[in-house]
Amino acid sequence: MHNSITLRILTALDRKSWLALGVFLALTLLIVPILHLAVPPESAFYVSAYAITLFGKIMCYAIVAVAMDLIWGYGGILSLGHGIFFALGGYAFGMYLMRQIGRDGSYQSDLPDFMVFLDWKELPWYWSGSDSLWWVAALVIVVPAIVAFIFGYFAFRSRIKGVYFSIITQALTYAAMLLFFRNETGFGGNNGFTDFKRILGYSITSPDTRLVLFGLTALMLALTLVFARWLVASKFGRVLTAIRDAESRVMFIGYNPLWYKLFVWTLSAILCGIAGALYVPQVGIINPSEMSTANSIEIAIWVAVGGRGTLIGPVIGAFVVNLAKSWFTVSFPEYWLFFLGLLFILVTLLLPHGLVGLWKKLTFKQGTIG
Amino acid sequence: MKNILFAFAIGCFASPAWAALDTGLVRQLADDDSSQKVAAIQKLTQTADTDTVRVLKAMAEDSLFLAEDKVIIIDGDKAFDAATGTPVKTPNNPESITVNNRIRGELANALAALKLFDPDASVRLASAQMLQSKVSPNMAPLLARALEKESDAQIKALLDLAYAQANLGHADPEARLAAVKALAETSSPTIKSVLLPLTDKANEPNDKVRFEAIAAIKSIDGRLALAENLARVFTGLSLGSILLLGALGLAITYGVMGVINMAHGELLMVGAYSAYVMQSVFRAYFPAAIDWYLPAAIPVAFFAAALVGVVMERTVIRWLYGRSLETLLATWGLSLVMIQTARVVFGAQNVEVSNPSWMSGGIELLPNLILPWNRIIIVGFALFVLLLVWVLMNKTRLGMFVRAVTQNRAMAGCVGVPTARIDTMAFALGAGIAGLGGLALSQISNVGPDMGQGYIVDSFMVVVLGGVGQLAGAVWAALGLGIFTKLLEGWSGAVIAKIVVLVFIIIFIQKRPQGLFALKGRFAE
Amino acid sequence: MNALNAYPSLTDFDDSNSEQLAHRVERGVLDLSHKVILYLEEISVSFDGFKALNNLSLAIDGGELRCIIGPNGAGKTTMMDVITGKTRPDSGTAYFGQSIDLTRLTEPEIAHAGIGRKFQKPTIFEQHSVFENLELAMKTDKRAYKSLFAWLGDYERDRISDTLRQIRLDAQAERPAGLLSHGQKQWLEIGMLLMQEPKLLLLDEPVAGMTDDETMRTAELFVSLAGKHSLLVVEHDMAFIKELGGKVTVLHEGSVLAEGDLDSVQNDQRVIEVYLGR
Repeated sequence: MHNSITLRILTALDRKSWLALGVFLALTLLIVPILHLAVPPESAFYVSAYAITLFGKIMCYAIVAVAMDLIWGYGGILSLGHGIFFALGGYAFGMYLMRQIGRDGSYQSDLPDFMVFLDWKELPWYWSGSDSLWWVAALVIVVPAIVAFIFGYFAFRSRIKGVYFSIITQALTYAAMLLFFRNETGFGGNNGFTDFKRILGYSITSPDTRLVLFGLTALMLALTLVFARWLVASKFGRVLTAIRDAESRVMFIGYNPLWYKLFVWTLSAILCGIAGALYVPQVGIINPSEMSTANSIEIAIWVAVGGRGTLIGPVIGAFVVNLAKSWFTVSFPEYWLFFLGLLFILVTLLLPHGLVGLWKKLTFKQGTIG
Repeated sequence: MKNILFAFAIGCFASPAWAALDTGLVRQLADDDSSQKVAAIQKLTQTADTDTVRVLKAMAEDSLFLAEDKVIIIDGDKAFDAATGTPVKTPNNPESITVNNRIRGELANALAALKLFDPDASVRLASAQMLQSKVSPNMAPLLARALEKESDAQIKALLDLAYAQANLGHADPEARLAAVKALAETSSPTIKSVLLPLTDKANEPNDKVRFEAIAAIKSIDGRLALAENLARVFTGLSLGSILLLGALGLAITYGVMGVINMAHGELLMVGAYSAYVMQSVFRAYFPAAIDWYLPAAIPVAFFAAALVGVVMERTVIRWLYGRSLETLLATWGLSLVMIQTARVVFGAQNVEVSNPSWMSGGIELLPNLILPWNRIIIVGFALFVLLLVWVLMNKTRLGMFVRAVTQNRAMAGCVGVPTARIDTMAFALGAGIAGLGGLALSQISNVGPDMGQGYIVDSFMVVVLGGVGQLAGAVWAALGLGIFTKLLEGWSGAVIAKIVVLVFIIIFIQKRPQGLFALKGRFAE
Repeated sequence: MNALNAYPSLTDFDDSNSEQLAHRVERGVLDLSHKVILYLEEISVSFDGFKALNNLSLAIDGGELRCIIGPNGAGKTTMMDVITGKTRPDSGTAYFGQSIDLTRLTEPEIAHAGIGRKFQKPTIFEQHSVFENLELAMKTDKRAYKSLFAWLGDYERDRISDTLRQIRLDAQAERPAGLLSHGQKQWLEIGMLLMQEPKLLLLDEPVAGMTDDETMRTAELFVSLAGKHSLLVVEHDMAFIKELGGKVTVLHEGSVLAEGDLDSVQNDQRVIEVYLGR
C-alpha cells in the first residue's frame, strides 16, 4: 500500500513537470543564494536583497493562489475572504516575532511596545506560549483551520453557495478586519506588528536569514504544488470537480458534498496560513489591511489571470500580477488601479481560461483542462 | 398688576414719574466690593419694578456713574438721579462704576428675571426659558410674584419649574419637599443635576426630602432613557433609510436581475459627486440660489449614475449574464477604475459638500431629543425613492417587462419583449437609484473616492438578509439592520456592534438561506 | 411480455417473508419483511399556497416496476423530490422498507440507503469522461477521506467495463461526457444509476429525446432489472409504458386518481376527463 501511495504521488506529475520542479528548486535553493552571497554587488549577475524579498513575497502569494485555485478552480467556491486566513497565519507568526524583540523595543519592556502603550501589565492569555517557535508554528496551522472549519461547516451545511457564499466570506473578513483594527483586541490595532528584530535568535535582516526564509518559501511552494496535484488527480479531486459542475447529482449518487467542500476549504485555509507565516518575516510587517476586501479579491485575479483549475496557472498569475504591481507602483503609481481594474475586466471577458488556456489554445494542445 | 403696567407705560416717556428706590441700595451698586454690588442687584431685583429695570439696564450699558456720592444715570447729555429719577446737572468728571464679568452675569440674570413682568407674553416666555438653567434661591420671592400675575399656561409651567428650583434652597423642609415633587415631573438633564446634591446628607439634612429627591432622579432618569432610546431608534431609522437607499438599487440589479455588481458603491459615489458638482456650479453661477443646488442635483445624480450604469452594462455586464462569479470579478475591476477616475478628476481628498440652510437645525421633541432636519429629510427622501421604485416596478410597462425578462427570458423574448434593451434599462434604473442614494449620503457623510467601498458590504448584507428578488425584503432588512445596529451601538460601541451585526447575519443565513422573504418551490434552486 | 412482468415474481423476498412474525428491526438497514419497499402516506407539500402534493399515498412492492403518469403539474417530480430528500413534506410519512424514515435523511443518506434517481433533464458530469462518470457513481464507501486514497482495483474496472457495454458506450469511455448525444447522455445516466446498485430506481422521463429504437432497448433493460430492483418510472410515452407492462398509477393535482394495469386506467372515465379536459 505504501508503495502505491508513493507511486501515486510520483505519477501525480508527469516527467516534464517533475523536471520543471527540479529546475525551480535548484534555482531557488542553490543558484539564487550563490548569486546573492558570492557574487559582488556590482556584477550583472548579483541578486539584490530587494529582489529576494520581492520574489519571496510573491512565492507566498503563489501558495495562496494555489490554495485559492483548489477551492475556486476545482471546487467552484469563490472565496472573497481568503485574506483572513493569510492574515491569521501572519499574525500568529508575528506574535512570535514580537516576542523575539525582547527588551529591544522603544520601551525596553518584556511586553510588545503597543501593549506598553495601552498600559497593559501582562500578556493576554492568547499570547501565552508565543515565545515558542513550535507552539506558534502549530497556531499558524490550527487557527486558520479552526476558523475555516467552523465557518465552512455552517456555510456548507446550509448549502450556501455561489455568489451568496462569496458575499458572506467578504462580510466575515470585513468583520475580522474591524476586530483587528481595535487596539483592545491585542494585536497592535491599526499598526499591527512590525519592527521585528530576530527569528530563533538570528537577525531577521541578515542575508543568511533572508535566504533561509526564501528557500523555505520555495520549498513550501513546491510541496504545495505536488500535494495539490496529487489531490486533484485522486478520486477526491474528481468528486470535487463533480460537485462544482453538478452538486445535486453528486448528492443523489450518495456523496455528501459537505465533507468534500469542508476538507478542501480547510486545507486551503491552512495553506494560506502557512503562506502568511512565511510572508511576515520576509516583508517585516503585518496589519489588518491584509484582511481588506480588496486584498482578498486580488487573490482571485491572480488565479483568473493564470488560468483556474490548472494549479500552475495561479502561480504564473501571482507572479505576473505582482511583478506588474511592483513595476507600476514605482513607475506609474496613479495608473496601477486602472491597470488592475482593466485586468479584472479583460481577463473575465476575454481570457476565461487565463494565460494557461491561451497558451494551450495557441499551441493547439488538446485535452481537458484540469 | 395695574400699577405695574402703568409704571411701564409711563416709563416709556422721557419724563417719568419716579417711584423712589431705596437710596441706600442704589448707592450700594457703586460699592467697591463686587459682592456688595451683587447683593444690591439681587435686593433691587426683588422689588420688580420698572425703575429697577432702568437702573440695572443703565448699569449693564455702562451708563451708571457715581458723582458726589450719588448714583446717577447719564443718557447722552442728560443726567438723572438713579434713585429718585430727578434730573441733575451733568457732572464734569463722573466716576464710572466697574462692572466685571461676575456682575455682568448677575445683571443679565436680574434683567431676565425682571422681564418676567414684561407686558409682552413672548418676552416673558423667553425670559422664563432663559431662567431655567440659572435660578438662584434668592429669586424665589420674585418668581412667586411673577407666578401670581402670570396667566399664560406655558409660561406658568416654566415659572413653576423655576420656582421649584429656587425653592430647593428654602429653609423650610416642606417647601423643599414640594419643590422636589414638582421637579420630579420634568425630564431634563439640567434639573437632574440640580437635584443631585440633595441626595447627599451633607447638603440635605431632611430624610424625607432626600428620599423624595432620589425618587425624583430615578423618575427623571427613566424618562431620559426613554428619550435616549427614542433618539437611537430615530438614528437607526435614518441609518436604515441610508442602507435602504444603498440597497434599493441593488435590489433591482442583484435582487431582480441577478447581476452581482461590486461597483454599486461607486455608483453611490457618482451620485455624491453629482451633488458636489452642482454645488460648485451654483456657487459659481447662481450664488443667490445656492440653497436650491440640492433639488437641482436630484435629476443630475440620477441620470449621471444611470448613464454610467448603461456604459457598464453595455461594455461588460452584458457579456457575463448567468456567470455570476465572473460578473463579480469584472464589476470589481470596474469599481477600481471608477475609484481611480474619481481620484484623478476630483483629487484623492474628500470634497466638501455642505447642507443647504433649510436642512440645518431640527425639531425638538423632548429637552434632550432633537431630530435633525437633514436626517428627517433623508428618511423622507428614502420613502420617496422607495415609492418611485415600487411604482416603476409594479405599475409601469418597463417594470412589467423587467419582471417578465427575469422570470423567463426566452419566453419574454418570444412574445416580443426586447430583452437586451430591457436589461440595459433595468440596470440603468438600478444605477440611477444608487445615484440618488449617493446624493442623500453626500448630505451626512464624507464625499471622497473611497466612499463607495464602505457601503458595499452593508448594501449586500441588506439584500442577502432581505432575500433575493424582493423589494419588501430589502425595506424591512434595511430598517431592521439600521435600528438594530444603533441600539446595539448604545451599549457596545460602534465596532463591536458592526461585528455583532455581521455575525448575526452570517448565523441568520444559516437558518434562512433564502433571506427573510424566501421564494419557495421548484424554481427556487 | 406484459403478462410475464405485470406482477414480477417475488421469490427474492420469500426468505424474509418466512420470518415475518419475529424479525429484528435494524436501523438504517432496508427491511423488506412486509414486501413493500416504499410507503408514501398522506404526503402533502405546498409552495406558497399551491398544493403540489395533496394527501398522496402510494406503496411500491419490492421488485415491482411501477409507472406513474399524469398531466403537467400533477406532482410527479415533487413526489420524487420528497422520496429523495430534496423537498421536505409539510405532512405525511415516507418510509423506505419498514424502518427507514426518508423524511429524516439527507439526499446522500437516502442515496446510500439504496434509492437512485434519474432526473428529467439528463444530469451527468460533463467535464468528466464517461468512464469517470461511472466510477463516481459506483457503489463504494463515499466518505471524503476514503476518496482521498481510493484506488480502482480489477473488480471495479470490470464492473465499469460491464456497465459500459450494457449502456453501449464502451467506445466512448474516454470522451468527456458533455460531448455525448442527448440519448447517449440518458443512457449514461441510467448506467450511473446501475453502478449505484440501488434497490429502488426513480426514473423521471427516461426515454425523452430517445429514438424509437433506443426507447425499446431501454424498455427491455428496465424489464430485465425488475425483480432484482424496484423501479418507479415517470413517463408520458404510452407505447413505452405499454412495453414496460407494470402497474400504472395516475396522479392528478397532487394525489392518486387511479391505479391499475394500463388498459383499465386508460378506460377510467376520470382519467380520460383529466387528460382530455372536461
